[in-house]
Amino acid sequence: MLMSNIGSYDNRIKDFSWSIAERELDYQEGNEINIGWYCTDRICQMGKGDKTALIWEGFGGKEKKLTFNDLRVSSNTIGKFLREIGIEAEDRICLFMDKIPELYLSFLGGLKIGAIVQPLFSAFGEESLFVRLENAQTKAIITNKKHVGKIRRIIEKSEFLEHIIIVDYDGKKPLKDREIAFSLENAEPVEEFQIHPTKAESPSVLHYTSGTTGQPKGVKHVHYSLISQYLTTKWVLDLQDDDIYWCTADPGWVTGTSYGIIGPWSLGITQCVLDSGFSAGAWYKFIQKHNVTVWYSAPTAIRALMKAGEDVIKEHNLSSLRHLASVGEPLNSEAVIWSKKVFGHAFLDTYWQTETGSMMLTNYPGMKIKPGSMGKPFPGITATVVDNVKFEPIKEVGKIGLIAFKPGWPAMMRTYWDNEEVYQTKFKNGWYLPGDRSSIDNEGYYWFVGRDDDIINTGGHLVSPFEVESALLEHEAIAESAVVSKPDEINMEVVKAFVTLKPGYEEGPDIELKIMNFIRKKLSPLAMPQEIEFVKNLPKTRSGKIMRRLLHAKEWGEEIGDTSTLEDDE
Amino acid sequence: MDDLKNVILEYVIEEYLEDEDEELTFDSPLISGGIVDSFSMVSLKRFLENSYKISIPDEKATPEAFDNVHKIAKLVEEYTS
Repeated sequence: MLMSNIGSYDNRIKDFSWSIAERELDYQEGNEINIGWYCTDRICQMGKGDKTALIWEGFGGKEKKLTFNDLRVSSNTIGKFLREIGIEAEDRICLFMDKIPELYLSFLGGLKIGAIVQPLFSAFGEESLFVRLENAQTKAIITNKKHVGKIRRIIEKSEFLEHIIIVDYDGKKPLKDREIAFSLENAEPVEEFQIHPTKAESPSVLHYTSGTTGQPKGVKHVHYSLISQYLTTKWVLDLQDDDIYWCTADPGWVTGTSYGIIGPWSLGITQCVLDSGFSAGAWYKFIQKHNVTVWYSAPTAIRALMKAGEDVIKEHNLSSLRHLASVGEPLNSEAVIWSKKVFGHAFLDTYWQTETGSMMLTNYPGMKIKPGSMGKPFPGITATVVDNVKFEPIKEVGKIGLIAFKPGWPAMMRTYWDNEEVYQTKFKNGWYLPGDRSSIDNEGYYWFVGRDDDIINTGGHLVSPFEVESALLEHEAIAESAVVSKPDEINMEVVKAFVTLKPGYEEGPDIELKIMNFIRKKLSPLAMPQEIEFVKNLPKTRSGKIMRRLLHAKEWGEEIGDTSTLEDDE
Repeated sequence: MDDLKNVILEYVIEEYLEDEDEELTFDSPLISGGIVDSFSMVSLKRFLENSYKISIPDEKATPEAFDNVHKIAKLVEEYTS
């Protein structure tokens, strides 16, 4: 039986220091540290240049394999191109692509020149894209031609975007203003490249996340995040030299970069990427074909696999799998038990978020698993639950409080982009509060309870009700809107909207569909209300504020609570 | 049947296809091909229900059943007949 990297959790938490990772990465305080270099050049210098780094499969059986040396040279080539068009250190470059190899290589190439890489989920609609580009004052966007249409629709009002780089331009239609074609296949490979001398606190990645109020926030990370991303990958995902690893997350989200690029490649691990839509059969076939050993996925996908049944599992040989983990939303105990039964290994839950940059609470190989629990703090992470008044640790076992972490781990966000004020509100009484509630049992295991705000977690992605409500008001028929989550068997929660219509518009299935599609195109499929309820009035306080709380309680069958501030409902 | 398939195909092209140069047929994989994602599938289902005055049970609206125009048309026929 394979010895796990972490060994004994209890032994690891004694005398833990992040210097363990620093030593393994040959890093000393004050040195240059560049994630792009660590994921490519360093691995080649360790003699693994010919090792497969990426096995990529696109739809219809298209396949590519890249070695670590290919990663090194191709990221150099992209870095050189970006420099030549005038991208400088700390300029923001957005990656807005399908999960094609260029996405991964551009991420590394951008970091190598010291630029701040801003990955965005390619299913975002034009409004979602625009507000994130404007907020970051993004200078260049790298995309594939499939998504150029969305960019063209916002380019006129975009003040800062200077370059639209298309990686698969086929010459069939002329390029438009600010568009440039770049093809890795046709570019001169760059063997030698001067990597920007980034330091620990140099900014690296800007991921956007939704807030309860206001616009999405850009979470700023730095190159030093590598330290905890490297060690959590090694100890929690337990990646070992001959593993074949599959992280199903899209690099438009933080899991796809922290554990879909930085973690595995800084360890010199072979990873697989499947760039096609979800299908249980296709996923199992992919695992079988590439002999995937370690699989990091999400509860929504796991529940969808459960729904697909066991017959499709029996049609495949999945015996290569040896370790499974999950992230994005709480992993229900049924899914843990089911995975142990059908794969021979339980999916182990991990808890963290965009702002934390790396895993915080997790289950570890070899540790007793309590299905439904998020596990225990990673060594070096000081965690607790606090009350919501004085924000002091709750000593009572099993009592629900706000999850709290002592700041200072390497991958912690450094600020929200251009929004230090909101960043500061995340800290209370010396603790960082991620906004989730939990209890801790008598053995120190954390049990997720729910969000402490109105944010909707759908399929592991956060959606701001405020953003959806604002977009709804831009629809010609809508007078007022309120957005809450409603329970969903697969996605845990989905978006539900309550709307009142302007005079002259009549409720009905056709207008409901029009509104759904309006939001899908404007924001994203995730933000599209899966149900719209037409109401005459929305519940409001006497001061006119919409009481989302009442609507949420109705959807979840909860007690409505205090309604003393509710205006008369006539 | 072909009329039904054409209506579905036109709707998919109009609503979900991002790449203007991509050509879709009745056989094109929609869900596994990444043209319609699982969230958007809800709006496609709603379109079918509105257009043909039917109700498709959630358990029948699987990614496999929506994976191409042929399969979707078959599903619609099942509930209209």
